[in-house]
Amino acid sequence: MTRYIIRRLLQAIPLLFVISLVLFVLMQNMGDPVATMGGRSVTRSADRERLRRQLGLDKPIAVQYLYWLVGNDWTKIDLDGDGVAETPGQRQGVLRGDFGASLVNRGKPVLQVIWDRLPNTLLLMGASELVIIIGALLIGIYSALRQYSVIDHVVTAISFVGYSMPIFFIALLTMYIFSVNFKRWGLPYLPTVGMFDPGVGKTTGQVALHMILPVFSLSFIYFAGYSRYVRSTMLEVMSQDYIRTARSKGLPRPVIIYLHALKNASLPIVTVIGLDLPLLLAGAIVTERIFAWPGMGRLFLDHASRSDTPVVMGILMMISVAVVVFQIIVDVVYAWLDPRIRYS
Amino acid sequence: MVETTLSASIHPVDELLTPPLSLRQLVWRRFRRHTMALFGVVVLILLFTYAFGGALFLTESYANQTETGVRLQGPSAVHPFGTDTVGRDILARTIYGGQISLLIGLTAVLIETGFGILIGAFAGYYGGVVDSVLMRITEAMLNIPQLFLLIVMAKFFSGKLPNITLLGRTFSGSVVVIIGIIGLTSWMYLARIVRAEFLSLKENEFVLAARAIGTPRREIIFQHILPNSIAPIVVSATLGVANAILSEAYISFLGLGVQPPTATWGNMLDGAYNYIDTAPWLWVFPGTLIVLTVLSINFLGDGLRDALDPRSRVA
Repeated sequence: MTRYIIRRLLQAIPLLFVISLVLFVLMQNMGDPVATMGGRSVTRSADRERLRRQLGLDKPIAVQYLYWLVGNDWTKIDLDGDGVAETPGQRQGVLRGDFGASLVNRGKPVLQVIWDRLPNTLLLMGASELVIIIGALLIGIYSALRQYSVIDHVVTAISFVGYSMPIFFIALLTMYIFSVNFKRWGLPYLPTVGMFDPGVGKTTGQVALHMILPVFSLSFIYFAGYSRYVRSTMLEVMSQDYIRTARSKGLPRPVIIYLHALKNASLPIVTVIGLDLPLLLAGAIVTERIFAWPGMGRLFLDHASRSDTPVVMGILMMISVAVVVFQIIVDVVYAWLDPRIRYS
Repeated sequence: MVETTLSASIHPVDELLTPPLSLRQLVWRRFRRHTMALFGVVVLILLFTYAFGGALFLTESYANQTETGVRLQGPSAVHPFGTDTVGRDILARTIYGGQISLLIGLTAVLIETGFGILIGAFAGYYGGVVDSVLMRITEAMLNIPQLFLLIVMAKFFSGKLPNITLLGRTFSGSVVVIIGIIGLTSWMYLARIVRAEFLSLKENEFVLAARAIGTPRREIIFQHILPNSIAPIVVSATLGVANAILSEAYISFLGLGVQPPTATWGNMLDGAYNYIDTAPWLWVFPGTLIVLTVLSINFLGDGLRDALDPRSRVA
């Protein structure tokens, strides 16, 4: 098993290398970072030149990638533009954990920028994932046990609608009903934007209140996939011989369902959840934008629109690494849960 | 299962007398039983009639005509769906936006299917090094969520293409960009399906026979193996149309997709949330049309899966 994990990790290195290379090339047309730096435009061409040299943007793309990957503290760079490289470089490179500095928040390290937003995203996405999993387990098991009942059909129809809906539609719809119209009718209404009311402050109650609509929207959209999956794996397991045996020896129904059937049915579900977990880090671009939630998705969108390539690269590489690592973890956990599987 | 054995035992003679059904009849029989799929087909026909027939009554210049005097007006007799932030008629824009959205959905899937089949077929047929290289590329593409890739690519290709005039109409060049990037970021699942099909099909005797009589490789791949794996490809491509329409809606909603004045259902929603409490008609109509379209296509895809490829059903 240890050898298997080591082999997988070694295979991941070229994969991540290729991803970073492709992304770096794609970053080249994000717009002129100097034009939007620090929120004000740098107009004098001499200043622009100097800034571009400071940021290393005057170098060819291969050199820029090299500096991004391994840093430039081993060489000297030309800051005053006289063609002689005399100032030693400062950057350490991604391989040594230095993702560079944000161009928009001047000088702030990329990791710090990401770190500031990560808890917000994890809170929102974690809560949604929890609602989705619990809901999907309840509904999926219920409709598997009462296949083709009215409730099964209704749930199937609703999950199809949710699956087909762009998330902004359900977000706008719930905002319109529970916030705009409830306010109009004098009912207690839900807040739509932000994480807390600035007048009240960042209290647990405020954050929870502001999370209701985005969590509901996210759950509604992603609920379908999970609940259909739970339903089909439960149906498969329930028709197996060992369940019939358990039934015939007179075990109570809940014991059969929750101890015997669910245990085996949850194996493939664990895989699906595990593969979705790294995406929680990425946040939800559209949802965070609509509800003005200060998370990773909005960070990505804001910094992409202002050509802040170090931050954008940082976010994308973080997602890639998380996806690769979680794939390995899922495979290992799966083998541990299901002893029939052996990796060589 | 029970049903067929019963009828077979009651009418054994009928079974012998009726001529065997052709594949098309079999597929149609199974498809017909899927009520929701039939419903999806009907709604899709209505939506196509709406988007392409509606153009007979309202001109595109009317759809793009701004009139700031009547901005943000609610539904009325003159403007049945109301007007948007610069006074354009939303009814006319949903008609012309629908054409573009449906066009993007269909053409993006052509690109997606082309890439998916080529990469999946080569990986599955040749195996070995070709397979591992192509599958590593597929994995790399799958590693980053599609919306992130779409945003990065939309920025990369933005502003590169001039407006296009086709059939007397002018389209924003961004339409082509969006079609291309949606196609380029969505072929991975299809490639995996095609690869799996090819891996099992290439071991069959008919492939061995074709190879033995010296059939060129290209012919074996595209004329012998590919037609046998068409069922999952059709199903996946159908669902791909729904996905492409959703992708266009997301990217245009974020303002990075098709640029105005060319309307799509997606970019009509861009900025609509700023007027959430004053002008709900901005997002209700295009949003509903997107949901209806995607829902119908998903029903259709589901029905096709049952009809064409009954074994692959998971849920």
